[in-house]
Order: sequence, then C-alpha cells, then structure tokens
Amino acid sequence: MAGRGRGRGRGGAMAFTAEVLGLGRGDVLPPTTSQPPPLFPPLEFRPVPLPTGDEWDYLLLLKQEFRNTMRDSPYYIKPQDKKKDIERYSDKYRMSNNSDNTIGWTPDWNRLPKELKIRVKKQGETAARSAVKAVPNLQAAKQISQKDVEVVTQRLAELEQKETEAASGDEKQEDEDEEEIDEEEYYDEEDQEEGTDYIVSYFDNGEDDVNDDDDGLDDGPIY
Amino acid sequence: MFATELDYRMSVCQIHLCSLLIKEHFGDIVEKVCTHLIQNGAKPLRVAAQETGLKIDQVRKALCVLVQHNIASFGLHKRGFVEYAASVEQVLLLVRYPRYIYCAKTLYGDAGELIVEEILQHGQMRMSTVVGRVTQRLSEGGQSVTNDHVKGKMEDLINTHFLQRVPAPPPDNNKAAFPELTISERDLYRVPASIEVTRGESDTSKRKRSTEDSDPQSSSKRLKIDSEEHAADEGILWHLNFDRFHKYLLDHEIVQAVSRRIDWNAAEVVRTMLRISELSKGLEDKTSHPISLNDTMRNLPKENNMKFGVVEQYFKLLSDDQTSIVTKVGETGGGSYTLDFQNACKALVVSTIESVVQERFGSKSFRIFKTLLLKKYLEQKQVEEFALIPAKEAKELLYKMFSEHFVTMQEIPRTPDHAPSRTFFLFTVDVSQVSRMLLERCYKSLANVISRRAFETKENKRLIEKSQRVEAIAASLQSHGADQSQTAEVEDMITPLEKNQLEKYRSKMSKLEQSELQVDSTIFTLGNFLRLESDS
Repeated sequence: MAGRGRGRGRGGAMAFTAEVLGLGRGDVLPPTTSQPPPLFPPLEFRPVPLPTGDEWDYLLLLKQEFRNTMRDSPYYIKPQDKKKDIERYSDKYRMSNNSDNTIGWTPDWNRLPKELKIRVKKQGETAARSAVKAVPNLQAAKQISQKDVEVVTQRLAELEQKETEAASGDEKQEDEDEEEIDEEEYYDEEDQEEGTDYIVSYFDNGEDDVNDDDDGLDDGPIY
Repeated sequence: MFATELDYRMSVCQIHLCSLLIKEHFGDIVEKVCTHLIQNGAKPLRVAAQETGLKIDQVRKALCVLVQHNIASFGLHKRGFVEYAASVEQVLLLVRYPRYIYCAKTLYGDAGELIVEEILQHGQMRMSTVVGRVTQRLSEGGQSVTNDHVKGKMEDLINTHFLQRVPAPPPDNNKAAFPELTISERDLYRVPASIEVTRGESDTSKRKRSTEDSDPQSSSKRLKIDSEEHAADEGILWHLNFDRFHKYLLDHEIVQAVSRRIDWNAAEVVRTMLRISELSKGLEDKTSHPISLNDTMRNLPKENNMKFGVVEQYFKLLSDDQTSIVTKVGETGGGSYTLDFQNACKALVVSTIESVVQERFGSKSFRIFKTLLLKKYLEQKQVEEFALIPAKEAKELLYKMFSEHFVTMQEIPRTPDHAPSRTFFLFTVDVSQVSRMLLERCYKSLANVISRRAFETKENKRLIEKSQRVEAIAASLQSHGADQSQTAEVEDMITPLEKNQLEKYRSKMSKLEQSELQVDSTIFTLGNFLRLESDS
C-alpha cells in the first residue's frame, strides 16, 4: 500500500518537473543516447590565433634556449649506460662514462643532509687516493726494514768483532740481498696501485688471513 | 614545515604536468623521484628508493638536484630521520622561467638577463660565480663589460629584492644528520662585503675577507676543499625571489589593463602610484597605502607633462570605474587614493573568463553570461528577458554553460520539502569557482601541449638527428676552410622533402611552445586571483 502510494507521488512530481523545465506538451524530447559521446566532437568554434609580437618571440627564444641548456646540463640525470655487447678495452678511457655513482656537478655538501652524499669516484681522484693509501704501507714497510737493517748491522758488528774478516764479508752480502728484496716488494705494490681500481679495493696484504689461519690451526684439533 | 606544502591543493592534472616538466628539465630519474614525493608526501631517502625501484645513488643524485633547484626540501621527522618533500608550486614555476629572464632584461638590460638566466639554470649560485660567468658570456657576445658593471647590476637586483640569499647551514653541523638552514631577516638582501673571484689579487681579497670573517658562514670555507678557487663569498648562495617577480609581473599586468580600459595617461598615473607604493608595501598586501594626488603629481615621469587638472580628472575617472582598481579614501593632499590589488586581480580574471566564454560558446552565450555577471542571481525567465534572446534558444545556451560549469545554480525552496514546483532556481556565476575550473583546464592543456611536443619530437627523431649531424659536418668543414661547393654538397644530403618536413616540425614546435607560454600567463592571472581570494 505504502509502496504504491509513494510511486504515485513520484510519478506526479516527474510530470510536473517536465513542465517546470519548460517542456510543453507538444515539444519533442531530445532522443535518448545509448552510446558515449564522440572522442573528438566537431569543433564549433575555431581557436583564435596566438598573439604575436617581439615580446613573445623573444620569450620563445629564451624558452627554447633554456630548455636546451638544461638538457645538456649536469642536472639532467641520465640513467647509467647499459652494458654493451662486448666490454671494450677503450671503454675505460672514455671521458663520458656515465655511471650512477658519479655526479656531474659539485653540490655544497654542507647544505645537504649527510645521507645524500655520494662517494664521488673521479678518475683523477682514485689515482690520488690510491697514492695516499700506498704511503702508509710504504712507510710501515720502510720502518720495519730499517729496523731490520739496524738489528742486522748491530749483529754484524758483533759478529765482526768475534769472527774473521772473510766470514763477515759474506754476511754483508746477505744484508744487501735482503734490502734488494725489500725494494722489489715496494715495486710490486706500486704496480698494483697504478693498475685498475679493482685491485686496489680488493688488495689484501694477507696479514689478517695468516692470523686467522693460525687461530684456526690452534683451535682446530680440540675435541 | 611540510604540512603547508602538502595542504596545497594538488590535482591529478597538476601532478601530471609536474612530472612532464621535471622530465623535460631534469630527466627521467629525477622525474620518478619528484613525482613520487609529490604524490605520496614526504619520504625518507631509503623508502623513496625502495618505492620507486631506483638505485639509492640515483635517488641521492635526484634529491641533490631537486634541493639545488629549490624544488625539494628536507626536514626532520619526529622519529628522528630525515625526510624529503617536493613542492608542486615550485615545479609549476618552471614554465614561467623565460618570463623571469625577460623581466630582468627589461629592467636591467643584458647583464640582468644573463644573471637571472644563470641563476635559474643552476638553482642557486654564489655571487662571484655569477659575475664571472656573466662577464665571460657578455664578452664572448662581443660586448666589452667589466666585472664591476655586472656586479653592480647584480647588486641592483638584490637591492630591489629580485634576488635573495639562500638560507645557510649553521657554521658547525658536522655532527647533525642534516643542516638546519636558517637565514635572518636582516641578511636576506645583504650584499656580501667582497666577492673577489680571481686569485691574483690575493692582497686585497685577504683584507676584505677578514671583514667578512665575522659572518657565521665563513667557516664553511674551510669545509669545502674540493673547489680550487676560494672566493670571498664562499657559502653565500643566491636564488630568485619568485614572489618579487610575481609582484612585478602583476603590476605590469595591471598597468596594461588600465591602458586598455582607459588610455595610456591613466596607465601612467597607475604606474606612478605603483612605483610610490613599491617602496613601502609588503608583497602580500591587498591594497596599497593611501597615495595623495600631490605625491603622484611629484613622481610622474618628467617627459609626461600632464597638468594638475588633467591628473585630477584621471583620478576621478579611475575611481569612478566599475572595476574599482583605484578607490578614493580621503581628501588630504588633493585627494588620496589606494590601489586595490584584489579588485584589480578580479577584473583581470573576469575579463579572461569573459573572453573564454565568448570564444567557446559564441556571442549570444556571452551576452547571457555577461547579464548574469551584472545581475548576480537570475531566474531562467529573467535571463531570457534581460539578454533579449528567444526563450528556447536562451534555455539551450544557458544549460550548455551550466553543464560545462561556467554557470551555477542556487535553489531557494519556498517550502521545506524542496518540491521543484515551489522552488526558485536562480542561475549565477561564481567567479572563483569558474576560475578554479579554468585553472585546472589550463594545467591540463599545458600538459597536453607538452606531451604533444614530446610526441612530435619522437616522431621526427631520425630526421632531427640527421640534420644535426649534417650541420655539424658542414660547420667543421667550414672551420677547416673548405669552399662553398663542398659544404653545399654536404648540405644536399638532406633532401628537399626532408627539408620541408623539418621546416614543418620546427614551426609546429614554436607554435606549441608559444602556446605554453601563453597558457602560463593565463595561469598566472587566475592563480593570483585565487591566492588573494583564499587569503581573505
């Protein structure tokens, strides 16, 4: 009952609305559409031409120039070059190596959060850094060798006092040999430093390994 | 700090436009990071890297670029990590960069133009670097200028507040995870004592540097070791004061509008008023302080010899105008007047909207629209009567505008049951709603224009590359002293057909870019109005 009543009421309102909207009895209602409107409806009004003038022309030039400058600037970050089919020897010497961990400009790191700092690897810098790295090694080696030399010479002096001249001459020869070996070691190291970055970062003087091994051997056979 | 930036109304269109703009200016990687930050709000570094699927170094680089160009900012989350946010507003300004450059050119000549251009290209720069580069570029262009001349221009730009200092980190932030950038009001527009660039004049620079040592920023000198040259203004960076530029552009627009509405003399009067108020008013003020007729008279440019009576007449004309850009507030000093920026913006916006309606819906619709603007609220019957258009046609036109949201409707029920038979339906134009909608459409069309341009470039990629190669070869031949026939031979490698196509492509490009600039000027007008409106 109630449902019917409401339905009737709505029907009446609908009929009335049509009149209020200004649709008379005789007017034809626009046909119902069952499809979406066209993607490109016909243009009723053509767009007006763009205003021109010296000001706009100059602005256009400025815009084009600015866009081109930005594209060539270091702020335009390109993704790292994809690995080519073959790794070429010459790749290493290309100046425009574009990798993710380099940055084309020097930001003022002081103004940026610490975590943003990228460890920039430049060609010149790596060489400099490896040189810095090499120095302590050399010094350490040198100190040891000098100590050795001192010890040896002291012993030699003692021996000299004790033994005959002929015997001491042999010892001296030995000493010189030792020094030569030391020098050879430096050269090896330097050669390695001057080579590619890979060896620098993976270089291990082996001291730790020896210790570890020793520990292992000592602890190993306990049951 | 971020809350305000995030609260700013962002729409899908705006975000889409932002990503296109960033892509065009800074490349794909920065675009990904920036769009992510805009869409999702502030994020810490690692989360951003994870969610964008980029390498952490790439994200770092992108953030550096964004911070450098004043687009991204960083702050401390309350849980103690640093997070980054990007501002949509700043990105959208990228379209307007040519206008800032042009603006500096009209005010300060070629030097000013290059100064602003350099700073925009790098986001923020030291004064010494800017001066050095600009001098070099000017002398390359055949102009003989000295460092001092350029420096003078830059000081002018700073003194007129077009440039301002970038907030600086505290002197010792070695321990903190991020520098807290601050700047005092006093320092904002202070020109550094010395900007010695060259290392040759070490004597003078040292002496001058010691005066600058009282500055807290000077300690950053020591920290920055990787740069070779030690300029005296190390650590003091400058960027554009966009608000100041906007103010200038708005003033310019107002003067133009007055000249179109009345004439050039009236525009001159308004320009003088603006110049007087420029010195004292803040950037956000809605009205200028009262300016008396006598003051204006004194400050009118010399070459414009209007008589006192004439100026008085113009003031009367201006204050009687229905746009009410100029209003009379008192009788002192021969009559005192204020400039109402809000009314001026509104007048500009209304005329923009009117021309849009006229071009989109035709002149009859425009008549209806104009009637609604004048009479505020009208019933459908009244619309037909006032616009003098037959009922049936008027109905159609009005509903068309209604369906495209240029016209809104207000229901006023006579009885509480909202029955349509007993309700008034009043049609009206809500200017701020229409301008918001138009602004949105502008963003959309700007995005469309940019993507169309990208598409055209992609389509003609092969041709463009070829022409560039040919040009390069021809240029190198010319520099090696080859004769005309040889270069002509190289240039013939491009067939007439290709030449034709290239020509077509270039004209399309310039047309599209021109539209970008002009859509942006509409955005500027609409944006100004909405900003002033939302403040009130």
